[in-house]
Amino acid sequence: MKALLLRDVRLAIRAGGGFGLGLAFFLLVAVLVPLGVGPEPATLAKIAPGILWVGALLACLLSLDRIFALDFEDGSLDLLATAPIPLEGVVAIKAFAHWLVTGLPLTLVAPVLAVLLNLPGPGYLWLVVSLLAGTPALSVIGAFGAALVVGVKRGGLLLSLLVLPLYVPTLIFGAEVVKRGASGTEVSVPLLLLAGITAGAVALLPFAAAAALRVNLR
Amino acid sequence: MEMVVDNLGVARGGLTVLEGVRFALAAGQALILRGPNGVGKTTLLRTLAGLQPAVAGTLRVPPESVTYAAHADGLKAVLTVAENLAFWAEIHGGGDVQAAMAEMNLTELRDRRAANLSAGQKRRLGLARLLVTGRPIWVLDEPTVSLDQASVTLFAGVVRAHLARGGMALIATHIDLGLEEAAVLDLAPFKARMPVASGGGFDEAFA
Repeated sequence: MKALLLRDVRLAIRAGGGFGLGLAFFLLVAVLVPLGVGPEPATLAKIAPGILWVGALLACLLSLDRIFALDFEDGSLDLLATAPIPLEGVVAIKAFAHWLVTGLPLTLVAPVLAVLLNLPGPGYLWLVVSLLAGTPALSVIGAFGAALVVGVKRGGLLLSLLVLPLYVPTLIFGAEVVKRGASGTEVSVPLLLLAGITAGAVALLPFAAAAALRVNLR
Repeated sequence: MEMVVDNLGVARGGLTVLEGVRFALAAGQALILRGPNGVGKTTLLRTLAGLQPAVAGTLRVPPESVTYAAHADGLKAVLTVAENLAFWAEIHGGGDVQAAMAEMNLTELRDRRAANLSAGQKRRLGLARLLVTGRPIWVLDEPTVSLDQASVTLFAGVVRAHLARGGMALIATHIDLGLEEAAVLDLAPFKARMPVASGGGFDEAFA
């Protein structure tokens, strides 16, 4: 299990691994939105929570199809399926590796980019907390979608269409946490719902994804 | 340790390609599968490796004993030879990477990235993976593709050593590996009869 995690992280970080693609996209969104919307601090402060969450979500979406497609193409997935690790474990580890190279870096740079969007002071803490609680769900749901379309040539579009509706609750509650945090109101309800979605996805979706992979490997 | 296949039927894309396949393999034995293109060698091997279900018959294999090698070697281009092997060794609970590299004549290439290997060298690396898994039953689909004559002989020696250790091997191949002791199974007689057309698609919906 540890070997698989280390390999996936190493593959992502080495040349051509796609690490940084999501980060660069997130950076572009945060830089371009103020240019497009205009420098009005009040307007920016109002839209900042939503833009930051949408940016993080789309950045996450960019690298999803790499989770299984590359291993499927070079035959590693067949070999992993016959290896002593249960396929559910393979899915969980690969989703965790995906979060380590996309979700976690996005969470860490978000406060820096929030400055560009003039996020009100109290919002910073809740931005980091909400991304920390929400991005694991994005990776696990994405791994499930990637398992469904593995083997489909250029399945990226299909993957986005499948996964985006499943991302909506995470987006709504995530942005709501930041919005309420920024305006200084109570955040516990959306934060708990967000954490609940993540916990449910992490607990259930590896099994669904493994079942989808078994069907697709036939 | 024994592998018993009885009356096995396998399907590809929903269509049964082989039926009634039967053979038994005991420790130290090898079986070479032959048959024309498209007869279902790969489908049979994937079924035996547990990657797809059989449509008929029984398949008795000790659990966690099969390792599979197909046309794709499962190599990561940005990892070195040693890293690729070390990964599979660790996944399977720690095989001897050095010994495997020595056996497949890869020691000199150990720090070369898989992307920079020739097709034959990649194949040798893919086959070296079999050694680090420590699994007794090797299910091999065309293992000698892109190997030169010397490497084929080297590989035949590795298979022979594996059999001598009590392992088993099932090999689908078109060329002569020089494994005289291996039994040969021709799959052509097991080819499934074409299914009889069921009287025209959607007719029953309109009856």
